[in-house]
Amino acid sequence: MSGAVARLRVKRGTPENDQGHQTFEVPFEEGQSLLDGLRRIRAEQDPSLAIRFACINANACKECIVKLDGKTVYACTTRLIAGEMTVDPLPNKPLIRDLVTDIAPRGDRIQDQA
Amino acid sequence: MAEVLEREADVVIVGSGGAGMYAALVAARAGADVLLLDRSLIGRGGATVMAQMTVAAAIGHAELDDWRDHYADTLAAGRGLNNEPLARLLCADAPERILEMAEWNVGWASEGNAITQAMAPGHSARRCVYVDYLDTGPAVSRTLRAQLSRTEGVTRLADLVAREVVVADGRAVGIHGHHLSSGREVAITADAVVLATGGLTRLYARNSASANMGGDGFALALRAGAELVDMEFVQFFPIGHLAPRMIGMDPIMWDPFRYKLGGRLLNAEGEEFTERYGVTEDGSYKITRDLATYAIYKEVEAGRGSPHGGAWLSFEHISESDLRAAFGPVIDRLAANGIDLTKTRIEVSPIAHYHMGGMVVDEAMRSRVPGLLAAGELVGGAGGANRLSGNAISEALVFGARAGQTAAAMSTARNSAAVRAAAEAAIGGAGDLGDYNPAARILELQGLLNRDVGPFRDADALARALARIEAMTAEAAALGPPIAQGAFDAAFLDRLDLANMLLTAEAITRAALARDESRGAHQREDYPEMDDAWGENQYSSLSEGRLALERRPVVREDAA
Repeated sequence: MSGAVARLRVKRGTPENDQGHQTFEVPFEEGQSLLDGLRRIRAEQDPSLAIRFACINANACKECIVKLDGKTVYACTTRLIAGEMTVDPLPNKPLIRDLVTDIAPRGDRIQDQA
Repeated sequence: MAEVLEREADVVIVGSGGAGMYAALVAARAGADVLLLDRSLIGRGGATVMAQMTVAAAIGHAELDDWRDHYADTLAAGRGLNNEPLARLLCADAPERILEMAEWNVGWASEGNAITQAMAPGHSARRCVYVDYLDTGPAVSRTLRAQLSRTEGVTRLADLVAREVVVADGRAVGIHGHHLSSGREVAITADAVVLATGGLTRLYARNSASANMGGDGFALALRAGAELVDMEFVQFFPIGHLAPRMIGMDPIMWDPFRYKLGGRLLNAEGEEFTERYGVTEDGSYKITRDLATYAIYKEVEAGRGSPHGGAWLSFEHISESDLRAAFGPVIDRLAANGIDLTKTRIEVSPIAHYHMGGMVVDEAMRSRVPGLLAAGELVGGAGGANRLSGNAISEALVFGARAGQTAAAMSTARNSAAVRAAAEAAIGGAGDLGDYNPAARILELQGLLNRDVGPFRDADALARALARIEAMTAEAAALGPPIAQGAFDAAFLDRLDLANMLLTAEAITRAALARDESRGAHQREDYPEMDDAWGENQYSSLSEGRLALERRPVVREDAA
């Protein structure tokens, strides 16, 4: 279906500066992942959007974990839809920026170590 | 102005894939105080965790085997360019590492007390071990992480990007890093610096890479004064997944399918076309990577490609029960992606997968810069012009162990003032990029390399790529040095990555342009034959800020 778009409402900001949700539209392509959509926003519209991922499509690194419409998902294994999706950072981890939270295990963080 | 975070250790290791974690274990067990950094999470972000394939080691469980045969196969695949002492080390030490991993309960597939070993193209014996199902890399990573957590002396630092190797008085004295989740600059002083940052395949639009494989280690090494070798040899994995779109599956997954089940590689006319290129497969898996890449490109060029520009891979002749016996839960994951292999063919095509080139080191993993070592895929030379399948994880473990051993024995040369000064120089200043989008430039560079510096090159395409890389480098430099604006400044990280990607891309392109012959993974359309006069390696280094190339004879074994 040509002309279809995915509308992504993405939470922006830092703990000190909550900027609410910002809406981006990207062309919808069948089969793409939510992470594909977020990466496309960065390359075409706003490179300042902070997201965390490493393996991109292999479901191996487990870094792209976010809230989608209130449910915890991996952005790389969630299909993009031709409709609206609301994406938030994990609520139970310390917020760093936008969709990025501090998910490093205790003991692997520099601030835990003197 | 946030002040610099300072840390100090005997050994600092950059990158926590198989090589970095192994180096950390060995160094710590030898008594060193170790800092293990990763730009992602520890043991999560490198290539190792994504490896679904097999690991070559002549343990002789499946049939009589000898590491010397593995060594001979490795040299044959490398088309005369392998650094022989490194290739020898890789093959001779691999069995010990693989059996050590078995003791650590990695879970190699086995029957009774015998570890199962598969045959793979280019090998003269059944030699390749694996963990079911498609779990080799995750299992290796998990096992090494478990060992690390019970080893005294290793401090793990996640979210830490290495920006430069700090060199003072001609010696590596530490790492200037950036802590992403706080946005602070970090000064890490150490006696030994081990780069274990992996490969560079993120430089290509079609790749099996993670976001972390932009070749940062190659750029760091060059800027620190180390040499690189064989930069023109990028291995393309011939049967990367092309279509239909899958999610949550690595694009290299079809290799294990071919190991176990054979499968048929077909062109648009339904012919098994590898015969045309001298390899009769007949449903078994025999063709080596460089030849398969060549064959698929040529079929596409001749108008016999699959709809998305690759080849068909078919398992339609294999029964559902055989598929399930071989790959169990993976069959369900495929079904969730709408793929039933008994009914549908999938499309595959070559994707950038591994880099044969890398840092020049000796058998103790030492570069020419005192205090600076390498491990894993970043090491150049062991694979020559074409890496034998199954050797990448072996290399990570073997070279990691060696680097850890050498690093732990390094004499002390602390210079925390120099490292602190390097980190402090990166603080302050505006980071306004205007309309410049570094994420878009990264995409452009990936497209450029895929098109002009892929497995088939010619002088015109390479010269065009080089000109664009130089222009992009100048454009990025004109913006001034990247300055982070707070925690997880994503555009800042892109700028760091882009700078490293551009320098690494330039090194590949210049080496590819200079080598006017075809050999292994480097195929020149304008020089299609192998030229015996080119039985030499090319070395790259930075000289007064410019890349310089030099030809030298292959490092052969001492006739002992």
